[in-house]
Amino acid sequence: MLNRTIAPDFIQVNEINFIKPKAQQLDNGIKVFTVNAGQQELVRIEFIFQNVNYDQNKPLQAVSVNSLINNGTKKLSAKQIAEQVDYYGAYLQTDYGADHTAITLHSLNKHLVSVLPIIWSILNESIFPQQELDIFIQNQKQKLKVNLQKNDFLARKTFANTIFGETAYGSDISMSHYDDLKRDDLLAYFKAAFKPENCTIIAAGKFETKEFDLLNQFFGKSWENHNASVANEFNHLPIAGSDVYIEKADAVQSAIRMGNLTINRKHEDFAKLQIVNTLLGGYFGSRLMANIREDKGYTYGIGSGIASLRHAGYFFIATEVGTEVCVSALEEIEKEINILKTELVAEEELGLVRNYMLGSMLGSLENAFSHADKFKNIYFSDLDYDYYTKYIHTVKTITPEEIIATANQYLDWNAMTKVVVGKK
Amino acid sequence: MVDFNRFTLANGLKVLVHEDPTTPMAVLNILYDVGARDEEEGRTGFAHLFEHLMFGGSVNVPNYDEPLQRVGGENNAFTSNDITNYYITLPAENIETAFWLESDRMLSLAFSEKSLDTQRNVVMEEFKQRYLNQPYGDVWLKLRPLAYETHPYRWATIGQDLAQIETAKMEDVKAFFKKHYTPQNAILVVGGNVKTEDVKALAEKWFEPIPAGDKYNRNLPKEQPQNEARTLTVNASVPLNAIYVVFKMPPRLDKTYQVYDLLSDILSQGHSSRLYNSLLKEQQLFSDINAYMSSSLDEGLFIVEGKLIAGVEMEVAEKAIWAELEKIASHLVTDDELTKVKNKSESIMVFSEMSLLDKAMNLAYYELLGDAQLLNVEIDKYLVITAEQIQEAAKTTFKKEKSSTLYYLANA
Repeated sequence: MLNRTIAPDFIQVNEINFIKPKAQQLDNGIKVFTVNAGQQELVRIEFIFQNVNYDQNKPLQAVSVNSLINNGTKKLSAKQIAEQVDYYGAYLQTDYGADHTAITLHSLNKHLVSVLPIIWSILNESIFPQQELDIFIQNQKQKLKVNLQKNDFLARKTFANTIFGETAYGSDISMSHYDDLKRDDLLAYFKAAFKPENCTIIAAGKFETKEFDLLNQFFGKSWENHNASVANEFNHLPIAGSDVYIEKADAVQSAIRMGNLTINRKHEDFAKLQIVNTLLGGYFGSRLMANIREDKGYTYGIGSGIASLRHAGYFFIATEVGTEVCVSALEEIEKEINILKTELVAEEELGLVRNYMLGSMLGSLENAFSHADKFKNIYFSDLDYDYYTKYIHTVKTITPEEIIATANQYLDWNAMTKVVVGKK
Repeated sequence: MVDFNRFTLANGLKVLVHEDPTTPMAVLNILYDVGARDEEEGRTGFAHLFEHLMFGGSVNVPNYDEPLQRVGGENNAFTSNDITNYYITLPAENIETAFWLESDRMLSLAFSEKSLDTQRNVVMEEFKQRYLNQPYGDVWLKLRPLAYETHPYRWATIGQDLAQIETAKMEDVKAFFKKHYTPQNAILVVGGNVKTEDVKALAEKWFEPIPAGDKYNRNLPKEQPQNEARTLTVNASVPLNAIYVVFKMPPRLDKTYQVYDLLSDILSQGHSSRLYNSLLKEQQLFSDINAYMSSSLDEGLFIVEGKLIAGVEMEVAEKAIWAELEKIASHLVTDDELTKVKNKSESIMVFSEMSLLDKAMNLAYYELLGDAQLLNVEIDKYLVITAEQIQEAAKTTFKKEKSSTLYYLANA
């Protein structure tokens, strides 16, 4: 007779294999990192550029260039670019992040030869037509108006601005920033940032010699832009914690976002802090979820995280809770942080978190794309694969005492900026 | 191509296995053939509330999530108007834990009052977060009852209102479980680094002892054909006027379903699409414009929605949408347009094979449609579609008397 009360045997994840990319260079010196894996006849090619020349009076310069870069070149109109990319069943994404801009192509191998020239034109010959810029400004302002009515959006924006100030990580975008956008500023940024000296290519999928040769054929020759650029600078100093309250009279829920500047991936304690974060709010069974959602039913979801940027890191807790329980939720969050700082974690819970984090790492290496993503995490933090070896070792061996010490070192209620948008 | 093996247990549970030795992970996906369409009026939101309760402990296992996380696994679930789908990913070596947990909650739940109390609150907060506390969040709460008069698609999966969730009773929960959560009403897909014979042994061990239960025979109220244009005007504190025009379209299994999919792609997929270029770029009437389908198992909806540029008259914007719909109903799409959307569909199919979880979910869904093998021939249905078929679909569908229009206006 089957005894359903007894859990089946299991093992802890032991071996996690990373596919390290092959490092190559195009004829013009652009670095290419390739993860060649997978059965499907498809590739993802990312052209990654560091964000440069940050000017706090023009905080939208880089992000707007990223949005409009596929909206017209010397040879192709916005519509022609879209039509040709779509015709070949390809996907062209332009992503702007805090540190990098990525132009990403997903394509079936058979169409690569047709699509790459379009990308070359975009990266070299974009002209940012005034007409496209005007439409962009109009539509972005409309989107911002809608977003400003979302409590979670407002909480996130206010939080970033409070801890990072008017830097590329925290600038407080308003309608007037859009009105101030000038075509000449976009062109200037384009010419300074989109140059081979500032480009790294990451390719993943079925990417073999033939594909590399194609890439070299189109992108290994000379590029159009070489203007000088200055790396973005950050000199963030931790600030004292504060309460920021934005009242919304008709809210039925309040958005809470709180946290502070902290270490990033380069710091030796980062893995330890990630484990502390996981215990607190980093997975479905976390203490914040168990208490505030599963026990009290105050929210649909609550979580915490650590973001590792190139020049900074930050810790945050985010949730949306019923307005009538907003104050109680804040009290419970503080309580959970204090417990983590004062009480030893039971081995039962720690063992679960160890296994969960290892399983989660294993599961995050699903395909060639995810192996490439893992490489990007370390490469752009100036780290190598030792980082993952140490991470896995720390997850397997951290002690309850170390967890208390780490929580005390990095989690400080009084140092946290606590943003509430809604009612409390 | 997604290969699979298939067998049925004595209690009627269908099992599909997709072997993928390239991953160290495994997925266990279980689809229950029950959604919001199976609810009764006045007790709506129940399929979704029930999905939450499935995580509140089962008859022999007091906590669902904890033992799964302990073996390095993760899980989640979703409810739609048609189905409820649960999935687990975990290291393949620990797959038996997934069988243990998933089979016990099919056998019976713990039905704890505490869990019901909490999840009622959680779902009410979800209702607020997604539908009430967002600009335009309640659009589908308004649109569904406008477009459907009798079919249960007239309510959203979250339910008609907060009160129906608040008053859900344990006896309702138990009855719902008995009626819908039976082996013969479910499809189990196991994928990843597994072998069919091992999956078979595990399925027989953990799932086969579960009683078959009574077969649920679906008999939903039929929607009468729509013969008059319907409109609804809503005023709300949102920054922009918006318009939603919806049309009835054939059910998922109709042979023209894929034609409608390409029709929506030509109108609205990406920056080369017609609505984007005509209405947003050239005429500059909208800052957002989209056309898409509800992809429903019963008669579904084809939706066109947009947010108007400040200062544009609603009448002008609406006319412009209709002009595009009439154009595609009266003129053949070009060869290039047709090739483009076919190529795009092909890409989508290939890219979806990059994800083990997507493959498992797709197998389960196509098995529900009648045969998982349909997944592997789906693209062929797209490749043979002609410009004439697209025009015909547009002509049959885009009629004033078949439309329901929601004007969502910004309070002055």
